[in-house]
Amino acid sequence: MTTLHPAASRATDAVAGSPRRAGTGTTATRILGIATIVSMCWLVAFGLGFSPADRDQEEAVRLLYVHVPTIWLAYLAFVVTAVSSAMYLWRRSLGWDRLAGASAELGVVFMAVTLVVGALWGRLTWGVFWQWDARLTTTALLFVTYIGYLAVRNLGGSHAQRATRSAVLGLLAVLEIPLVHFSVQLWRSLHQGRTFEPNDTNMDGLMLFSLFVGVIAFTLLYTWLIIHRTRAMAMEDMIDDRGLDDALAARRAEAAAVPGADEEAH
Amino acid sequence: MDDAGFIIGSYALTFGAVILYTWRVLRRGRKLADQIPDEDKYWL
Repeated sequence: MTTLHPAASRATDAVAGSPRRAGTGTTATRILGIATIVSMCWLVAFGLGFSPADRDQEEAVRLLYVHVPTIWLAYLAFVVTAVSSAMYLWRRSLGWDRLAGASAELGVVFMAVTLVVGALWGRLTWGVFWQWDARLTTTALLFVTYIGYLAVRNLGGSHAQRATRSAVLGLLAVLEIPLVHFSVQLWRSLHQGRTFEPNDTNMDGLMLFSLFVGVIAFTLLYTWLIIHRTRAMAMEDMIDDRGLDDALAARRAEAAAVPGADEEAH
Repeated sequence: MDDAGFIIGSYALTFGAVILYTWRVLRRGRKLADQIPDEDKYWL
């Protein structure tokens, strides 16, 4: 008696005529997805409800529970891209390249959210949506750099060519992060400095907890999405390879069908 | 709550962007998965 592999049994678990194939999800990612949704609900409850208004910023402080975690996650995503890029150049494994690409894509999404929420916070706190201030300008530059990185990934060529050129760019682009982070200290800036110091915080306990919930929620979201995106990228590469194999097979069949084609070619 | 429009709007924009991106990633994964046999999926 033969038993089916779990994957094969899922593949045959189908609506008549069209086998349903497994997607990018597994039990672990489903648990992670549920944890992400629950933590996001907590973030909304604490960010909009339980957390008190700030003495100086008043209600605008509630935007920081989204703004600070998203910029931290964008930094983390770009650092993961750089580390994965270095690993690709060392090991030449396309898995590292896909991790770098997926992480950069997520970083761009988080950074877009940071910029929009930051503009709204600026309108409430400074009275303007945008200023060509050191922090804002360097952040916008970082955002555009990683959009460029994603564009470079889609330039074409083989997987190895894509991986090599994007790895070099990924390692160069990450050098902008210290510039963004320390821009408030290097230049006179409208933007506030650190939200809190690790060993010396004057933040209210509930406010600090709300910020902590935000960081946890967005970290879970990042982990969940990067797993799905990396798997989807692996399938994109498989489909590309299969297309190339099919084209080569068709060309060989064509050549074999024409008698003497090989001799003429020589 | 003062400036409720800005604050709730910011949360709505953030979660709207996150939901849209998540939906796009999961949908793309599902579409691609239909073209690949399960035995080639290293995560299964």
